[in-house]
Amino acid sequence: MSWIWSNLDLIFSLSLDHIRQSVIAIVLGFVLSVPLGWVAWRYRLLRGWVITLTGLLYTIPSLALLVLLPSALGYGIRTETNLIVGLTIYAIAIQTRSVADGFDSVDPGVRQAATAMGYGGFRRFWAVDLPLSGPVVLAGLRVMSVSTVSLATVGILVGVTNLGYLFTNGIQRRLLEEVFAGIVAVAVIALLIDALLVLLGRLVLPWAHVASPRATRRRARRRAEATA
Amino acid sequence: MNVFVDAIAWLLDPAQYTGSNSVPVLIGQQLFYTFVSVLIAALIAVPIGWAIGHTGRGREFAVAVSGAARAIPSFGLLILLILLLGVTQKTEAAFITFVVLAIPALLAGAYSGLQAIDRRTIDAARAVGMTEWQILWRVEVPLGLPLLVGGIRSAVLQVVATVTIAGYTDLGGLGFRIIQGIDLRAIDQVLGAALVLALLALLLDAVFALLQRMSVPRGIRAASAAPQRRRRPVAATA
Repeated sequence: MSWIWSNLDLIFSLSLDHIRQSVIAIVLGFVLSVPLGWVAWRYRLLRGWVITLTGLLYTIPSLALLVLLPSALGYGIRTETNLIVGLTIYAIAIQTRSVADGFDSVDPGVRQAATAMGYGGFRRFWAVDLPLSGPVVLAGLRVMSVSTVSLATVGILVGVTNLGYLFTNGIQRRLLEEVFAGIVAVAVIALLIDALLVLLGRLVLPWAHVASPRATRRRARRRAEATA
Repeated sequence: MNVFVDAIAWLLDPAQYTGSNSVPVLIGQQLFYTFVSVLIAALIAVPIGWAIGHTGRGREFAVAVSGAARAIPSFGLLILLILLLGVTQKTEAAFITFVVLAIPALLAGAYSGLQAIDRRTIDAARAVGMTEWQILWRVEVPLGLPLLVGGIRSAVLQVVATVTIAGYTDLGGLGFRIIQGIDLRAIDQVLGAALVLALLALLLDAVFALLQRMSVPRGIRAASAAPQRRRRPVAATA
């Protein structure tokens, strides 16, 4: 444990780098995948194309993507931009599908009711489609954010410093503790962001856990037990 | 775009096709690590996944395992295992990492394939007198096969990507040439190896997409080809 205690500063500053890189990619990936997912859901003809194309991006191994992209787009391999762009592409690849699935999950009856009440396409999107797709989109976002945080460690292989540094430095110096500290720090950050997303979901989508049939059943059972 | 021309030139150089570091050998190593690990992982995960899917018990366990596994960086796990087992047992450490990595996708593919089956189909199989064993092998496994192949597909792609990262530890495979190239600032080698790797992954994905389509049982394919007949309203016959 001595290595960890005497290097808390290093672990902390690497964690901040790691959080900055992953959070930017998660936010960008989410914001960009909403219009993409909507297009895929709205226009049946485009759906196959959008889903296939984002799926193919996800297929390309991370290390290959991180060296091919900078040469194609013209920035340095060792820059933080490179890692963030790469992570954002993977985030879009995961998230676009779950956004399209989210819009699918909205009850068509509810959509018709909104139209009948005089909601135009634009207002209906913001007030009905987007909020009601929330639970499915959130589930996808949780998967996406956890994989982004864990994938970011690959950045060290192209020269972008983050918690991955503890792995490469750890094997060079044969320091088991250092590698272990890195894994734990990555997992803790991933779980913290996940917990934040769940909390955010409760605040923004208060209906999501009320409507879940299992929760209703559980509540009904508890009530039955209480009265019995 | 000049760098890509250099990369193609690197790929076409006959020097890349001789010796122990030749491109075909590296591709072979990459595929060897991938398929052996996925096979071992399948021997562990598929029976467990089928058991979960058939009994309907332990689903939470499978979900928790896959969720936790996603939070662990595979590169870190590999290095931790190398330090734990000793540098001489690098290959074993790598195989363990790849197997651990492949298990969640295979587990999910196996149990979700069984769970997606219409319960009435299984009830019907039980009603005509099939034993539990027959239900599993003759109803659930064939009907769940496409989703299982989908699980194998994502496991293979994840492992291919991670074998590349394992190139950092001199394990061989295409990743070694990429990482070596970055250190040497030999951009033609980096891009050449990366292009081969990307193509390899896309090719594997295409092969498994095809297998996934072929694994749909003939009866289901016929039924979805003629959806009209299936969806004829029940009320009309009543």
